[in-house]
Amino acid sequence: MQAVTVDHIVKKYGSKKETVTALDDVSLEVAKGELFGVIGPDGAGKTSLFRILTTLLLADAGNAAVDGFDVVKQYKEIRNRIGYMPGKFSLYQDLSVEENLRFFATIFNTSIEENYDLIKEIYFQLEPFKTRRAGKLSGGMKQKLALCCALIHRPVVLFLDEPTTGVDAVSRKEFWEMLRNLKKQGISILVSTPYMDEAELCDRVALIQSGKIMSIDSPQSIIKQFTKKMWSVRSAEMFRLLNDLQQYSNTEKCYAFGEFHHLVLKNDAEGMDPVMHYLEHLSHHEIEMQVTQPNIEDCFIELMSQ
Amino acid sequence: MKEAVITVNKLTKKFGDFIATNEVTFEVDKGEIFGFLGANGAGKTTAMRMLCGLSMPSSGSATVAGFDVYKQTEKIKQNIGYMSQKFSLYEDLTVTENIRFYAGIYGMARPAIKEKTAQLLNQLNLTPEANTLVKALPLGWKQKLAFSVAIFHEPKIVFLDEPTGGVDPITRREFWNLIYQAAERGITIFVTTHYMDEAEYCNRVSIMVDGKIEALDTPRNLKKTYNAKSMDEVFLQLARGAKRSDD
Amino acid sequence: MKQFLIFVQKEFYHIFRDRKSLLIIILMPIVQIILFGFALTNEIKDSDIAILDESKDVATVEIIHRLDASRYFNVARYLHSQADIEAAFKTGKIRLVVVFQNKFRENLLHANHAQVQLLADATDPNTATTVTNYATSIIRDYQNDLTANAPLPYQIEPQVRMLYNPQLKGAYTFVPGVMAMILIIISAMMTSVSIVREKEINTMEVLLVSPLKPLLFILSKAIPYMFLSLVNVSTILVVSVTLLEVPINGSLLLLMGEALLFITTAVSLGLMISNVTNSQQTAQMISLLGLMLPTLLLGGFMFPIESMPKPLQFMSNIVPSKWFFIIVKDVMIKGLGFKMIWKETLILFGMTLFFLTISFSKFKIRLA
Repeated sequence: MQAVTVDHIVKKYGSKKETVTALDDVSLEVAKGELFGVIGPDGAGKTSLFRILTTLLLADAGNAAVDGFDVVKQYKEIRNRIGYMPGKFSLYQDLSVEENLRFFATIFNTSIEENYDLIKEIYFQLEPFKTRRAGKLSGGMKQKLALCCALIHRPVVLFLDEPTTGVDAVSRKEFWEMLRNLKKQGISILVSTPYMDEAELCDRVALIQSGKIMSIDSPQSIIKQFTKKMWSVRSAEMFRLLNDLQQYSNTEKCYAFGEFHHLVLKNDAEGMDPVMHYLEHLSHHEIEMQVTQPNIEDCFIELMSQ
Repeated sequence: MKEAVITVNKLTKKFGDFIATNEVTFEVDKGEIFGFLGANGAGKTTAMRMLCGLSMPSSGSATVAGFDVYKQTEKIKQNIGYMSQKFSLYEDLTVTENIRFYAGIYGMARPAIKEKTAQLLNQLNLTPEANTLVKALPLGWKQKLAFSVAIFHEPKIVFLDEPTGGVDPITRREFWNLIYQAAERGITIFVTTHYMDEAEYCNRVSIMVDGKIEALDTPRNLKKTYNAKSMDEVFLQLARGAKRSDD
Repeated sequence: MKQFLIFVQKEFYHIFRDRKSLLIIILMPIVQIILFGFALTNEIKDSDIAILDESKDVATVEIIHRLDASRYFNVARYLHSQADIEAAFKTGKIRLVVVFQNKFRENLLHANHAQVQLLADATDPNTATTVTNYATSIIRDYQNDLTANAPLPYQIEPQVRMLYNPQLKGAYTFVPGVMAMILIIISAMMTSVSIVREKEINTMEVLLVSPLKPLLFILSKAIPYMFLSLVNVSTILVVSVTLLEVPINGSLLLLMGEALLFITTAVSLGLMISNVTNSQQTAQMISLLGLMLPTLLLGGFMFPIESMPKPLQFMSNIVPSKWFFIIVKDVMIKGLGFKMIWKETLILFGMTLFFLTISFSKFKIRLA
């Protein structure tokens, strides 16, 4: 049995005149104990998908099950065995760290003590501040507390909707380390994020855009499917370089990527020499060009433009 | 040829015992894209507020577009643009109404506004949406519009506070193209971001840790100095040592 | 049970940690009662009264002297016959006419019983009640002084007659009125706002996903605010009895019971509001415009319902405050028992049941 199965789910919003399709025939499966990422920009349909799976929304078509239970008919069973952290950490700002945790533990019919071992590693960092109001915590600390609250009843499946949005790079890194540790405890985790670089930390990912899943696979396999040769190019004048490369006759695609520009050529047979000549002719200097490994963001861009 | 548009010298802001920004010193040149990085609570927002003339420094000195942050805050405000994560656009006004409103605030003349609005809408491919309410636009369009509105009055400097949250990679690049174009025209860009690959797009990057600027250089030199493959690594090396984490 | 207790505890944390709101909630009734109260009590000092003394003996002269000497009254004129009374009131200056029958003292000394008539102009019922109360107590003082030196108790029986408005419509209306208004605001607005806040900060999503039963959620939201409202009822009563000297003529227990019923009505309205809105601001607006205004306008508190056009009179029937207002007036001011107000109580009870049924059945176990 899978931790999550999603079968041809459709979700539409709005009136009859103007409908927005948030999810357009989405299907996926998450295996038990898997760390599964749903990756896409805002408005791609991530939150709708999470709300359908956490029994908070009804789909317009299709079926879905969590831990073997139907999200519509058996929603009560699901609510007893999942953990959910909605976008924007849902904590009571005027309650202290400990009061928040105790509240959610009791609401889920358990106690902090009963499942302390599960949250121990995360909570011990918060313990020095346990009397502090949640509203006075930093983004990273709030995120940790919200995770503790979602975990305190030892859920079978954990749903985290954009847990790292607006959190700085250090806290993001720590958060993903925590998720990997939780995975070891056998909890299946579904996490959504708009940050492409986080895809590589998941076992498998679904790339989602405008309500449609563009690809589902392990990050490595998705990257393998990118068969074209990817060049990285830089010069002293990066913006002019970008414009010039985009104008170049053999360019299929060129866009900025960190300190380089990523370039895909229409015809790879010629190699890099004609490109170099073209750039030198345009009096670029300090030109560097080499073959590079594409990453998930390149794949996302490629899939988007198909 | 280098001409500094922002000069900051030992700028400090204290809130009681707490030193939010601690003797910060740097310069930003005309037309430069300057990345202002730091973990949550490192003091970025406080520093940016002082430079925008919204907050009085405790000590030190700074000039923005040639004006003093203590005495000439009104002059500073005339010469800068500002855009934050939350876009600063009115959702219930149309695209044109938003542009007209902001241009009006900066005292632009009506015919100039009209002409430039048409030009801008054309450039952003927004002409068909001129009379659409902003809330009906996709997120990426809103961000681009917000940025264009922020530089509509041709400020000397534009401050961008985490401008690109949550958009798809293509839209994000389109946004950065707008930033590059503005910089080409000589507008100085002062930007904070959580995306470390965006830090690479900047001419120079400063990284704040616990109220101080720990590093300031081109992305390339920073990576060399810290022996790192990416800006992400540089940032982690520096910010991991942070003691403060409060916003 | 544990879930319920911790939820209620959490609600009290919210209430007590928001010091400003708490202060407003506690002080608002006091301020309102005092404001309304003083608008009335100020006028009542040095009221002009007229005397028709057909006896003119030592006793009547003493009483008249005492009335005149008090800070409440000023004997403005002496009348000569019953016929003068109406003319005296028509001047508009006289608030009270005291009529001593012939042989007042003789009756008092020999039969131990005499009557004095207090005629008040009840077009302003609040003032009329107050002045007759003052006059009665001055006369009673005299009676007590007299009895102190006598073997048998003397009895002076003041016969109060309200002229022009004998049912005393609107008497002390501000106390029941303020009570209805405060309870509607506190109970309905606070309940709805506290639920909607959970939606705003996304905790609602987590609570919905939890095993917490909807009934338990609603109860835990309702009870803290019901408690707070009962505190408010008590402050209103204490302030009106002590500071404003408005008596509680009926059973206090009955009054509190009825207040609890009305609080439940208001809370169920708050639950209904929270079902239809997702922002605190909207919840506040609906509570203010949708509940407080009808209470003020159609509750019978500011404007007598009898003088309204028929459609408005009809509409006033669906305003719960109207029924509560009648109940409090009857129990607190007129001192009536449950037998006289069971109809209104039943109507209020029915309304509460109706609102509760709607809010339970409309309670969303999902987000949309």
